[in-house]
Amino acid sequence: MRTRRWLPYALLAPGIIWLAIFFISPMFNLGATSLYDPNGSLDTGYQMTFHFANYSDALSQYYPQFLRSFAYAGVATISALAVAYPLAYAIAFKSGRWKNFLLVLVIAPFFTSFLVRTLAWTAILGDNSTFVQFLHTIHLLAPHGRILATPVAVITGLTYNFLPFMTLPLYASLEKIDPRLIEASSDLYASAFAGFRKVTVPLSMPGVVAGTLLTFIPASGDYINATLLGQGARTSMIGNIIDSAFLVRLAYPLAAALSFMLMATIVTLVVVYIRRAGTEELV
Amino acid sequence: MAHSESLGGDLQLVHLTKSFGTFTAVDDLNLVIPKGSFFALLGPSGCGKTTTLRMVAGLEEPTSGQILIGDKDISYERPYRRPVNTVFQSYALFPHLDIFENVAFGLRRRKIKDVKPAVDAILSLVELDGFARRLPGQLSGGQQQRVAVARALINKPEVLLLDEPLGALDLKLRRQMQIELKRIQVEVGITFVHVTHDQEEAMTMADTIAVMNGGKVEQMGSPTELYENPRTTFVANFLGQSNLIAGNVIDRGDDLGVDLYGNHIRVPRARTSTNSESLWVGVRPEKINITLADKPTLAANIIPGVVTDASYIGVSTQYLVKTAWGEELMVFEQNLANSGAKPGDKVNLSWDPAHTFALDANQDVDAGVEAPEADA
Amino acid sequence: MATKTPSKSHKARVWVRDHLILLVGVLVLCYMFLPVFVVMALSFNEPKSRLTYTFDKFTFNNWLHPCAVGDMCAAVQTSLKIGILSTIGATLIGTLMAFALVRHRFKGRAITNMLVFIPMASPEVVMGSSLLTLFVAAKFPLGFWTILIAHIMFCISFVVVTVKARLAGLDPRLEQAAMDLYADEWQTFRRITLPLVMPGIVSAALLAFSLSFDDFIVTNFNSGSTVTFPMFVWGAAQRGIPPQVNVIGTAMFVFALSMVLISQLIGARKRRRLV
Repeated sequence: MRTRRWLPYALLAPGIIWLAIFFISPMFNLGATSLYDPNGSLDTGYQMTFHFANYSDALSQYYPQFLRSFAYAGVATISALAVAYPLAYAIAFKSGRWKNFLLVLVIAPFFTSFLVRTLAWTAILGDNSTFVQFLHTIHLLAPHGRILATPVAVITGLTYNFLPFMTLPLYASLEKIDPRLIEASSDLYASAFAGFRKVTVPLSMPGVVAGTLLTFIPASGDYINATLLGQGARTSMIGNIIDSAFLVRLAYPLAAALSFMLMATIVTLVVVYIRRAGTEELV
Repeated sequence: MAHSESLGGDLQLVHLTKSFGTFTAVDDLNLVIPKGSFFALLGPSGCGKTTTLRMVAGLEEPTSGQILIGDKDISYERPYRRPVNTVFQSYALFPHLDIFENVAFGLRRRKIKDVKPAVDAILSLVELDGFARRLPGQLSGGQQQRVAVARALINKPEVLLLDEPLGALDLKLRRQMQIELKRIQVEVGITFVHVTHDQEEAMTMADTIAVMNGGKVEQMGSPTELYENPRTTFVANFLGQSNLIAGNVIDRGDDLGVDLYGNHIRVPRARTSTNSESLWVGVRPEKINITLADKPTLAANIIPGVVTDASYIGVSTQYLVKTAWGEELMVFEQNLANSGAKPGDKVNLSWDPAHTFALDANQDVDAGVEAPEADA
Repeated sequence: MATKTPSKSHKARVWVRDHLILLVGVLVLCYMFLPVFVVMALSFNEPKSRLTYTFDKFTFNNWLHPCAVGDMCAAVQTSLKIGILSTIGATLIGTLMAFALVRHRFKGRAITNMLVFIPMASPEVVMGSSLLTLFVAAKFPLGFWTILIAHIMFCISFVVVTVKARLAGLDPRLEQAAMDLYADEWQTFRRITLPLVMPGIVSAALLAFSLSFDDFIVTNFNSGSTVTFPMFVWGAAQRGIPPQVNVIGTAMFVFALSMVLISQLIGARKRRRLV
């Protein structure tokens, strides 16, 4: 049927303009800021001197935080996958008429403020809490050992906070699998576990990739968990550094360089994924 | 709305063409569909019948040509300005409205105030009284189909288009609905244009059938005309089954004498659609008598052969008989007084010349044969 | 030959195996709700001092006087205002984009899809800090409006994805049927398309609101001196956490959960309705 040629462009215009101004151009601005002469300041203004040394300075000073961020995010992602997969599987295949209700329950904890929830973890993992005392009793933890203010606590927080982002894409992917494929594999002499390994897992891969990306990316930039559940410099992540660099020390060029490097790493990951799966499938 | 302006009339398609890029779906179609008739557009998938229907409905725009109802040109009008309604293949009932509102939809858009009497009446007509407040999701396929018909009919269109509406129903229900639709059409007297690939359905319901292939009409006529006297190999093969045998004309008179590999048979001139010397001589399997070689033959056109296959299918026995020149002919024998022929027996195939038809030899003998790959 | 019936232990083993996954799933859900229960419990807590975060004494006080703490309720109000406005903005813009992407063919579709996707995959630190550099360079004052702009920005992508999903499942033949039945383009949109897409738009709006209300990192970078609820909690974490914070957390949870459950019940009721 006849449609006016300009209609799609008109529909897209507000969104594209908004994103162009407030997402794309800030990125360019960030890049530019990262090349300013660090000797300027917010009051006196910055000189654009293409000071690429900002990057090498940032990297040499803060590479531990970079590595720590990706390490924590990596462990958290894997843990989240291990925890979310059975849940997604249960909802997709074994939940019957409770399916929608269970899906609501997956998202429900999200309704409590993120920060309030993370603070709750400080109570759960606190030095005098029931859980920690229990660990002392069964000798999983040294008599005066703590969980709070350790990497374990930070990673626990990271794992927990992004669980819905891992569960829902996994669920969406598993849900699409035709159960008759499992039946066919069993007809062809596969045990239940082999059927799972050779049929279900490969077919759930799009969900696994989507879920891991949607978990790893925000986790690597997070600093809330590190601040509330960690212990200052020992567990600081790159997010902490960027936050303090921008808002406390006002060292804009350095902070911008850090931020840009983080973004570049993430974008590379996303591009690699998009090459493999195509944007339409992810979005 | 538009439909009160014209006095109604025949639906005419004049040089109607639709191309999608380099692909021509409908090729210079010319058809006149008489007012008040039940007309079928019959053909395999991809022949252009659905595209034609959508152009009449206004859901596709013709590349060129005209569509007229009576003397009103609706070729390029928007669908909501045409006195035409459609029953969709998947019914397309609005899932968020109940049956009453679905059926009343067209009336409401035309600002008709009191819709209840009309809705009740049409629901009675399709035998769905009492279903008014249900949702489409709560109805069976057959019931949904009847709602779709009611929703279209209530608007008293000049032409009702049906796009393979019975495709999703099981056999028994389909048969029932075929009779239902025919009954409704006779009762309301509206022109029905029914698109289908099922030749039995077309022949059961329609007054006139146009067989379409590759965007063109192969032949148009009543079911009897098309079946008994096909004018192209496509029609001969698509409607029912035909035996087509290559032959040359020997003599011409009131009927033609034709030589089929040494067998002389006769074809009435009225049933020969070409003046060419080379012909495809056609005869339907159910018109052929099969008798054992040592028994007397029953009719004037005779071909001897050997039985290679005999399948009993209840209503009839179907034979494959191999001729002297290697072609296998099909014979359907009603199980009344069987010939008793078995594979390996020598038999004579005989039929009344009046049942023969002849087509030009330059046509493709396999056109219209139902091959599994052809219906993509 | 006597028929063999499965033994009790065999039956038990089969039941466990069938339900094992379900049990594990339920365990995971319990794990997910653990902090929520702690938050609810702590909302009834009267702490010995502001600096400890353990359960001391049960009290209704926090619920009776939720705004007793200095600036908390003001912060909640700010978050609500920003939440509502950014939801309206993002839902409008995102819905229009979703319609364009699903219903129209145009050049640059792939790029637009990517443009929509990347904000969802960007770390908040990067989005927040880059937006800050923009505002600083443009000398735009930081505060309510910069927060609002930022929120609309990152919510658009989520709205587009949600509405797209719903719209893609909408059979275009329903709209064709409507036009066949004398509805012009606007009437078709109003009476057929919009009602059928509405659940997707509502989900998108709810998603946008919760993303906005709960956002900390991007907000923190662009807020100037304005304080939203998450920022208040963050500050409180250093200064001492008032138990009323958990009251708000619990209230939000209960409210949102009931909204979702009610809408699900309404949907289920509609489907089951018979003549």
